[in-house]
Amino acid sequence: MPYPENFAELIARVERTRPARVEQKKNGQEFPALKLEERAPVLRSYHPDFIENTRREISVGPSRGYAISNELVDLLEARSRVNPDLVDLSAPAIETDVLVIGAGGAGTAAALLAAENGARVLIATKLRHGDANTMMAEGGIQAADKVGTDSPYFHYLDVLGGGHFNNDPELVYTMVTEAPDAIRWLEGLGANFSKFPDGTMKTMHGGGTSRKRMHYAADITGAEIMRTIRDEARNHRDRIEVLEFSPAVEVVLDENGRCCGALLYNLETFEYLLVRAKAVVIATGGSGRLHMQKFMTTNHYGATADGIVIGYRAGVPVCFLHTVQYHPTGVVFPEQAEGILITEKFRGAGANVLNIHGEQFVFEREPRDVEAACIIRECEPAGRNNGILTPTGKHGVWLDSPMIEQLKGEGTVRREFPGKHILFRRFGIDISLEPMLIYPTLHYQNGGLEINSRCETKVPGLYAAGEVAGGVHGENRLMGNSLLDVIVFGRIAGLSAAEFARTADDPGKPSLDHVRRYNEEVETAGKDQGRIAPMILPDYSNPDVRGRQLTKERFGTLS
Amino acid sequence: MTESSLKERVDELVPIFFMGKRYLVPVTLTIQKALEYAGYQHIRGCGCRGGICGACATVFRVPDSYKLQVGLACQTLVQPGMHLMILPYYPGNRAVFDIGALKGDGGELASLYPEIFRCIGCNACTQACPMDIDVMHYMALAIRGDVKGVAEASFDCIMCGLCASRCPAEEVQFNVAILARRLHARNGLPRAAHLEKQVRDIAAGKYEESLRAVMGTAPEELRQLYKDREIEPDNADEDWKPSDARFV
Repeated sequence: MPYPENFAELIARVERTRPARVEQKKNGQEFPALKLEERAPVLRSYHPDFIENTRREISVGPSRGYAISNELVDLLEARSRVNPDLVDLSAPAIETDVLVIGAGGAGTAAALLAAENGARVLIATKLRHGDANTMMAEGGIQAADKVGTDSPYFHYLDVLGGGHFNNDPELVYTMVTEAPDAIRWLEGLGANFSKFPDGTMKTMHGGGTSRKRMHYAADITGAEIMRTIRDEARNHRDRIEVLEFSPAVEVVLDENGRCCGALLYNLETFEYLLVRAKAVVIATGGSGRLHMQKFMTTNHYGATADGIVIGYRAGVPVCFLHTVQYHPTGVVFPEQAEGILITEKFRGAGANVLNIHGEQFVFEREPRDVEAACIIRECEPAGRNNGILTPTGKHGVWLDSPMIEQLKGEGTVRREFPGKHILFRRFGIDISLEPMLIYPTLHYQNGGLEINSRCETKVPGLYAAGEVAGGVHGENRLMGNSLLDVIVFGRIAGLSAAEFARTADDPGKPSLDHVRRYNEEVETAGKDQGRIAPMILPDYSNPDVRGRQLTKERFGTLS
Repeated sequence: MTESSLKERVDELVPIFFMGKRYLVPVTLTIQKALEYAGYQHIRGCGCRGGICGACATVFRVPDSYKLQVGLACQTLVQPGMHLMILPYYPGNRAVFDIGALKGDGGELASLYPEIFRCIGCNACTQACPMDIDVMHYMALAIRGDVKGVAEASFDCIMCGLCASRCPAEEVQFNVAILARRLHARNGLPRAAHLEKQVRDIAAGKYEESLRAVMGTAPEELRQLYKDREIEPDNADEDWKPSDARFV
């Protein structure tokens, strides 16, 4: 729905300050960025990661004692969905070389590389092939490939600075040095990056970048990458089979603790199916649908941390899950679109962030955690209380998209941001003329399963890649490094898994003993409160209806 | 709309008919959220919830109109009395091809999808597109062999399948379109020469020394390097060069 009538005066304030702001931007004058030492106090006071009582220590499993968000600990301190005694492990339904769990960017890249390296591949996924956060990534993909201007050295520094210098250096090294080749691979598969007529990639800044190295495909970069690599996977049906609506609910290990497949659950026939594989890649993505601290999320419907749960039960430690990324700019009005991502590319293109007075209060290209904390400070009544109140009682700040038209020429918003232009037009708002109302939204799982730069986990035969893995982004990921992460590490995981499948001895007998032990551990720790995990699907039904359903879980409960 | 009138509307329940079954849902919700309100936990027909994945193509009719309307369940508000059906999948043939062996000329669209010539120009595809793409127009361009034209005109396609579901000529427009986009990107546009060069430079170890050095730098010094790094101005053009060229 269009903005309420009483917003006209507020929008007029934005319009009054706009000419001067455009002029400053044209002269290269920016609102001052926070100094490195000024970031910490804002983060500590206003970033959701620092709110008391929102984290607790995990009491079971390989990372026992590590404090992460309550919502994730709830899933880790839960029993398996399956009773191991009821599962027939003697007769696998499917045998393959490499099983890839998850069919987003990382999973699909892994499948393509595994197949290219001689493996038979099965992709098992909870929803459809391509239903993933990759599809929703908008702004771009980083790679330091402008020789003479940029280099992996500066990309490395930016990634470390964004991650508060705690990132795993080897993983960062791998990501920044593989980045140009990842873009070249995508270009060769026919992904439409925005280019100059001579083929030079158009690039722009993102939050925390020292050079313009964000490559993009209008404002649907992730969708363009996802649909291209998915299409390519469909050219290799002889080697890559895709099983949709069949999430993995456990991995299976042999008697030596080596991963040798997974147990899938067919969401439509309610069957549990054993897949035997010589190597397994977990590429299940993130966890925004856990709605940490009740935040709205930009994430895909399936982002429920399933891979974290099953990998952790199998013995893989987790890291960097103590920080969660809140994207600074999610839609807060209209209500129907709440939580939907407004790409950072708007700010990269010059759009200011403004309070109720139409004034700037933050440099628009701070790293995401800093930007989000500054917006929360501006809105919180206990902070600066300068937010704009929506008709349903939420608050937000303006993102001044119309100034892009004045900076980059009329028609730029429609051309460069077609996805968002259409979205808002459906609700009667023209974002080339009116600013957008935004607020931070739960966006990215900074950490995850521990891996090395070959995507190996602590469990032999088990690999992880993409958002489900942790380390490369440290405590805060920069824009454009998640699409890069899924392509670089997805490819590496596929290659590593295929090599392992080819060279390692055949695994032994599949077993769910680790699940039995985990269930006992949950019970012994006194944490068995009847929860089961992985979650598989979030439940948004009306509580009245829920009360009449009389079942504990909607899908997949076993006795 | 004022605050109070919106609040009143939040509580207003209206009937919708999902696959013929009646549910009372708040009038302010999207079709997707309304079904969840009614008690559904979507398995199929729900993906990104943001209008880009194509999982929730929806067809509906409203009272007193013969018109068949389309939309995405995650983007379309309910209307009182609407009858709707989500179309989570639609069968579509897809040609298998070796992208490396294709040249990107227009004839390849026709040889892989000869049925494009069956198009009768009825415009049902365009009317069915929830992304407002002029599908019939790009199919006409495909018949002409205009790969670039198809690629550009179809760029917003989310491959939801509604066009194919309405096509009397049994075309699978969205698969023709993605073929054209891939051919255009791969063969129609010049490759980025700087990418090739950087990949070669990295393979030759050009940055190895500086990277390994920075990886071994002590935390305080690393912070200083980070603070001191030169920032490319936002309004810099493609010819901008850093004043310190040591690490590039």
